[in-house]
Amino acid sequence: MPPFWTSRRSLLAGAGGLTAAASLAGCANSRIIGLDKARRSLDICNQGEPLSLDPHKASGTWENNIIGNMFVGLTTEDAHARAVPGMAERWETSEDGRTWTFFLRRAQWSDGEACDAHDFEFAFKRILDPANLAEYAAILYPIMNAQAVNSGQMPPDNVGVRALDDLTLEIQLEHPAPYLPQLLRHYTAYPVPKHKVEQYGDDWIHPDNVVVNGPYILVKWWSNYIVHLQRNPGFWDADSLTLEHLYFYPTTDVQAATRKVLSGEAGWSTRFPSNQVDELRRALPGYAHVAPFLSCNYFSFNCTRPPFNDVRVRQAFAMAYDRDFVAQQIYRTGEHPAYSFVPPGISDYPGTSRFAWAEAPIAERKQEAERLLRAAGYGPNNPISFEFSHRNTSDNPRVAVVVQNDWRSIAPWVTVELRGVEAQVHYANLRAKNYDVGDGAWVADFNDAKNYLFLMETRTGWQNYSGYSNPAYDQLMEASDFEADAARRAAIMVRAEQIMLNDAPICPSVFMNSTNLVHPDLTGYEDNAEDIHRARWFGIRA
Amino acid sequence: MLAQAARRFLLAIPTLLIIVASVFVLMHAAPGGPFTKERQMPPEIERRLLEKYHLDQPVGQQLLTYIGDLVQGDLGPSMTYKDKDVLDIIVEGAPTSAILGLSAMLLALFIGGGLGVMAALRQNRAQDYVVMALAIVGVCLPPLVVGPLAQLVFGVELHWLPTGGLRRDEFDALHLLLPIVTLSLPLIAVISRLMRASMIETLRSNAIRTARAKGLPEAQVIWRHALPIAMLPVVSYAGPALAGVMAGSFVIETVFQLPGIGKQFVIAATQRDYTVVMGVVLVYSVLIIFFNLASDLTYRLLDPRTRAA
Repeated sequence: MPPFWTSRRSLLAGAGGLTAAASLAGCANSRIIGLDKARRSLDICNQGEPLSLDPHKASGTWENNIIGNMFVGLTTEDAHARAVPGMAERWETSEDGRTWTFFLRRAQWSDGEACDAHDFEFAFKRILDPANLAEYAAILYPIMNAQAVNSGQMPPDNVGVRALDDLTLEIQLEHPAPYLPQLLRHYTAYPVPKHKVEQYGDDWIHPDNVVVNGPYILVKWWSNYIVHLQRNPGFWDADSLTLEHLYFYPTTDVQAATRKVLSGEAGWSTRFPSNQVDELRRALPGYAHVAPFLSCNYFSFNCTRPPFNDVRVRQAFAMAYDRDFVAQQIYRTGEHPAYSFVPPGISDYPGTSRFAWAEAPIAERKQEAERLLRAAGYGPNNPISFEFSHRNTSDNPRVAVVVQNDWRSIAPWVTVELRGVEAQVHYANLRAKNYDVGDGAWVADFNDAKNYLFLMETRTGWQNYSGYSNPAYDQLMEASDFEADAARRAAIMVRAEQIMLNDAPICPSVFMNSTNLVHPDLTGYEDNAEDIHRARWFGIRA
Repeated sequence: MLAQAARRFLLAIPTLLIIVASVFVLMHAAPGGPFTKERQMPPEIERRLLEKYHLDQPVGQQLLTYIGDLVQGDLGPSMTYKDKDVLDIIVEGAPTSAILGLSAMLLALFIGGGLGVMAALRQNRAQDYVVMALAIVGVCLPPLVVGPLAQLVFGVELHWLPTGGLRRDEFDALHLLLPIVTLSLPLIAVISRLMRASMIETLRSNAIRTARAKGLPEAQVIWRHALPIAMLPVVSYAGPALAGVMAGSFVIETVFQLPGIGKQFVIAATQRDYTVVMGVVLVYSVLIIFFNLASDLTYRLLDPRTRAA
């Protein structure tokens, strides 16, 4: 008998195998089309896996990308992410700016039950009830008694939200908050279906139980793989929806996300690697979207111990860092160097505060830095040495090398050690003030300068990573809370930011841009500073 | 044979307990916890969260609570995925990992075994060198390199195959082809080398010499007599290896964006999702123990000598 690979039978089998393989390749036409015009479906590379789809337990922008298509709050966002009426058709504010009355539209949950003011009242009390373990409830603290309820000092019924009748909701505030319409479109302020939550408890968000008041309903959720949403025919504006299906893939690997768009299997990726922008513009004409984003990368100085308890040392290192180089060479999509903390593009905020030395050339700034360090007592006989802690993810390690190089070049007696750690460990260290200088990033929760500046307030606690505490700053920030006039309030916050920059508890690095790859035939996608794009406004170009 | 299996199952219980205890302690020794994040949560909420997951207790106490729940079959809730239990997550991921692992192993056994036998029969000839050279390449090129390359060539450039994922939320052969092949390449390489070495040795053994002396046809000598004996090293490799690929290949599942449990495991570890890590470790340990036993039992079927013992 001949060896097996020359026998007739094995030849036949081999031929059969080849045919099978060829026919498999043949049905490649049945592959996924990212923007499928016939099915009216969109496949989306989202940057992470939702930890929860319950709006009261969510905490990330990637969760917002999904949840924001399922629920609509009192206000909502248009294609440009501006606050527009959502469930509330209009609202009135009292003289002192502390009582807001919202007049709701008639609307229903996807099971036909009415979605009204009682659901909102129920929702606000649920999220602020500490038993519900909502990690993000703190952003609703401007509401009357919210903080007291959330910290267990008062029963949930004391929350300052009341349904006056089915379609009228009254919200009382601790202090005037002209930014309330901005805040109320955040997912923490979404309504939840009272009847379903009472029936199923925390399992109400399970695809079998969930009902929504927004344009899309949850059909399937497969952990770390896919979330499938489908058009909700019961949505009040359902007739104007173009897309029927939305598929969200948690694509933490940004390269994989890009490949998926390149191969046509995804019609939208919420990120792309900024250093590949030129190649991507060539390979995918019309796809790359770059827009200023309400996000600031910054480094915290640990003000609670030497050497950074000295303002001269902090100023020296803040000025010797060449953020222009980082903005142009590390991030490649036109990011702006940060000489202040509040990003440009924040609404109702002039953003005129800046480091005093912002215009000086870097060489001059390094000389000045050396002078400041010498004045603080450092020099060849008393060298300064400390650690720069950074997250070892994305571009952060590359930035760290530039930082180290800039700071060492001030003088030979400056030593900077790099310590790259995973994000969880890094934040644990920052929180315990177990670091010298540490990097970090802040993305706005809602479009208001306070959402940045509160980080440096004394009362913020451990999240004030630098441990900065200046009574003048705290006073101004508190005063801004009680100023009902938007322009005067902004002016107070500008002064506060300038005081903070003069004390330099932080070294702002770069204002980030959002990077999206979007199929050119997807209409209704508009670049905006918050990088929020609701499928409700999407259409398909024929 | 039944007694042997029963003995091994009894031994598995203390083994599992030791694994659970050591992984539990090691994991809690890593800095940071499931609720260490960039953003602050109110102290009251954090206190209640820690209380809910018993994280406010000493590790020893936590371990006892965990084992207590485990004995009752409760793997607990996930600490990061607030809407899901550990069991939900394992059940969601298991089909993908099982399909991937089993198909890759089957493919590897047939192709690797076939190539190994061919190389052995053609020892020191061109076919042998080609197969062994390919095997070295297969061992040296990790799936982390082959996966993205295959995606680029067959997905992005040629547009023959999808680059990753399933067919949205359904399984289909087309989407699984690349990951299965990529996962099986290193297995094929190892198995073909094992098979070749073992076959060469077997062909020189007394048993085979006797078979040939009896005048049996060469095909019968090889397939009927030599192959079962030559397969023994392959079987003892394939058992634990199958547990490894079935419990999820993190690299493959990540590169091809597949919803298996290997990916869940690594994600859970970085997020300090203690309960999910424990759950997947348990699944993996049980599989290892099971497949070790299975390969021992297969030995008895293949090798007449072990049956007497």
